[in-house]
Amino acid sequence: MTYLRRASPLHAARASIGAAYCGALVFAALVISDPLVLGVLALAVLGAGAGAGVGGRVARSLYLSAPMALLIVAVNALVSRGGLTVVARLGDGGPLGQLDITLEAVAYGAKAALVLIVILAGAALASAAVDPDQLLRSLRRVSFRSALTATIATRMVPLLALDARRIGEAQRCRPNPGGRLAVMRAITANVLDRSLDIAATLEVRGYGAARRPTRARRPWSRHDLAFAASATAIVGLALALPAPFSFYPVIHGSFGAWTFVLAGALAFAALAPFLQRRGIVV
Amino acid sequence: MNALELERVSYTYPGAEAPALCGLTLEVAQGEFVVLAGGSAAGKSTLLGVASGLVPHFHGGHFDGRAEICGMDLREHGPAALARDVGTLFQDPETQIVMGTVRAELAFPLENRGHSAVATARGVEEVALALGIEALLERSTVDLSGGERQRVALGAALAGRPRLLALDEPTSQLDPVAGDELLALLRRLNEEWGTTILLAEHRLERCLGAADRVIALERGAVVCDAAPSGFLEWAHGAAPSLETPGATLIAGLALHPAPAGVKQARATLRAAGLLPAPEPPTPSPPAARHRGRSAASLRLRRVWHELAGGPSILAGVSLSLAAGERVVLLGRNGAGKSTLLRHAAALMEPTRGRIERGGRVALLLQNPGDYFIHDRVGDELDAASLERAGLAGLAERHPRDCSGGERQRLALAIVTGGAQPPAVLCLDEPTRGMDRSAKARLADELIGFSARGVAVIVATHDPEFAASFATRAILLADGRVVADSSPADLLSGGWYFATETARILGGHRGILTAAQALAELGGARTAIGSLP
Repeated sequence: MTYLRRASPLHAARASIGAAYCGALVFAALVISDPLVLGVLALAVLGAGAGAGVGGRVARSLYLSAPMALLIVAVNALVSRGGLTVVARLGDGGPLGQLDITLEAVAYGAKAALVLIVILAGAALASAAVDPDQLLRSLRRVSFRSALTATIATRMVPLLALDARRIGEAQRCRPNPGGRLAVMRAITANVLDRSLDIAATLEVRGYGAARRPTRARRPWSRHDLAFAASATAIVGLALALPAPFSFYPVIHGSFGAWTFVLAGALAFAALAPFLQRRGIVV
Repeated sequence: MNALELERVSYTYPGAEAPALCGLTLEVAQGEFVVLAGGSAAGKSTLLGVASGLVPHFHGGHFDGRAEICGMDLREHGPAALARDVGTLFQDPETQIVMGTVRAELAFPLENRGHSAVATARGVEEVALALGIEALLERSTVDLSGGERQRVALGAALAGRPRLLALDEPTSQLDPVAGDELLALLRRLNEEWGTTILLAEHRLERCLGAADRVIALERGAVVCDAAPSGFLEWAHGAAPSLETPGATLIAGLALHPAPAGVKQARATLRAAGLLPAPEPPTPSPPAARHRGRSAASLRLRRVWHELAGGPSILAGVSLSLAAGERVVLLGRNGAGKSTLLRHAAALMEPTRGRIERGGRVALLLQNPGDYFIHDRVGDELDAASLERAGLAGLAERHPRDCSGGERQRLALAIVTGGAQPPAVLCLDEPTRGMDRSAKARLADELIGFSARGVAVIVATHDPEFAASFATRAILLADGRVVADSSPADLLSGGWYFATETARILGGHRGILTAAQALAELGGARTAIGSLP
């Protein structure tokens, strides 16, 4: 959840364009229903993370998304009644009724899980590669109060992470260490103090009387142009899928040549901006 | 127009019984360098809060009287409006950084003032150059050291070229080198830019030399308002805990005037014929080493801590602590002191080398508040332990409501408590924000632990505190032990890691404290006085 400065094309692009690029990846995940294209999109997001030098951070989002994805698949398989191709009969499930696992329910669950994985990976990519300061500055031009809240919130994340580490260490120094719950309580109790400290700092830096920031004239770099074009292409390709891939009552859709072309184009659009490595040194 | 004008100002924090400021009337002229002195809870931080407008606009509470800051009435102008003319720097650099990069942090106050992009960019470059932090501009604020963060926070406070700069113990987290650099910078700002400085500080010996005036507070009221020499003469009789070691020495020798700094003290001693002649440098005796296999409470053998893809924080440290030994660990920010203590207490594992412990190692980290997990002091410790720590009367209080000194005593009692007494006690920067009397009490406690056979090792930036308790001094640099000797040897010969008394006497005979100096020079004075 913290921004990492890296020498990468995505970091070199302006924050609004970087955010738009990550947003386009997430939008595509929400729009595309074809599992093959979604899978390619997931790989493209991981590739984008690697291209931005934050591959580890993006991959770590799987720690959070993978268990949730498995849960989605399992729950959908158990509760969905829309499929016709039964692959397993589990008998009477009490309040859930007859538990028949259908291929369609499993496939739809897997597709939903894939969407979740892409969304969280896209969010991880944005948090690690899009400069929050620049983004907040842009936001302040639109909504001052929201920007204030967002500023405090974004600053609190690394601060609380530091607090948690420090308090955890202090607890290990106690002859009778407090449990995880006690540490959580201590950190939570710190939140109010910390947010007040941050708010006081914002006050004395003049944030309370801030005027709408002036627009900074900054020429469009090759990376701004590349990622803007990429975001547009990703959105366009996601919307260009001819027909939705449907799952119920039976799986309907085919992995035709057009699907492969589209998947390849999507991957190319997502990763091409990373090929340009000029002017990226921090 | 004055930078600060207060007329019968009284202020009580919300929910507090006693007022933090009581009928304060004072004026600070433009361009003055004023030091605020006083013990803990004397009202220094609250007065700085008034100067920045946080009191009462941010904290709430009950405010009486009239306050005008840089011509703005406090009743009509809040901290955001005052920020145009007042720069504020708090004690904790951690919470003073709000942006992700140093450049954004420095630009932030300028953008808030509505400066154009060009003016903001120019302002950022100028303040970065003035503070020597231009190399940090593109760095992430998360990756900065404590000293770097404090400089960046100062840069943010200075970015708008404020007329008044209010600073609350800005050097408390800095090593002596960085602290001296910061004070020199404040002096330059004051002299060259005409910035009014309002500085609250416990270690007065570091800053009185730069000050035009000292305002001493006690229970929210002004008890002394004078030039540094006048303040020190007042403190000698009325508030000895505020007296600097140099002033104690000069007053003890019945000399005048009370010195605001080392230079003045040396001049006074020279005029009285008491300044020892410079001694030729003598080679230090080799440090006593504990190479034997027995009797060590803690032994580090070639301990390394190498970061993956990064530098070595500890580089082959070998040292041994005997039972009852009192060791001070000195070094610049980032020298590896805290890392060494964490290894000693098994919070970190060495990447190479070995650590042998002769028993439990207790570690008190920099923030005592991190040790508290209950809502009552009485739940943190049993009654007997509270009694031993002198905290029996606080059993019903919330740990967060205790004073800084009380919280530290409580945390110290927690880490040293338990069924098995510690063999080694490690403390990391225990004197941050402490006044002199609290430091003296802590030194006595550490000597008490040592008398019970506990080896004590303390990382600190405070040479005066080190001299008050240590029997051995270790200097770390870049993760290596570069000196390991007696405090008299290490703390008397340097420029930065030296007590004020040692700097006044030029390291003469390893004298570190005013009491030692008086014992030595008092005899000389008697001899001079008896000359025909």
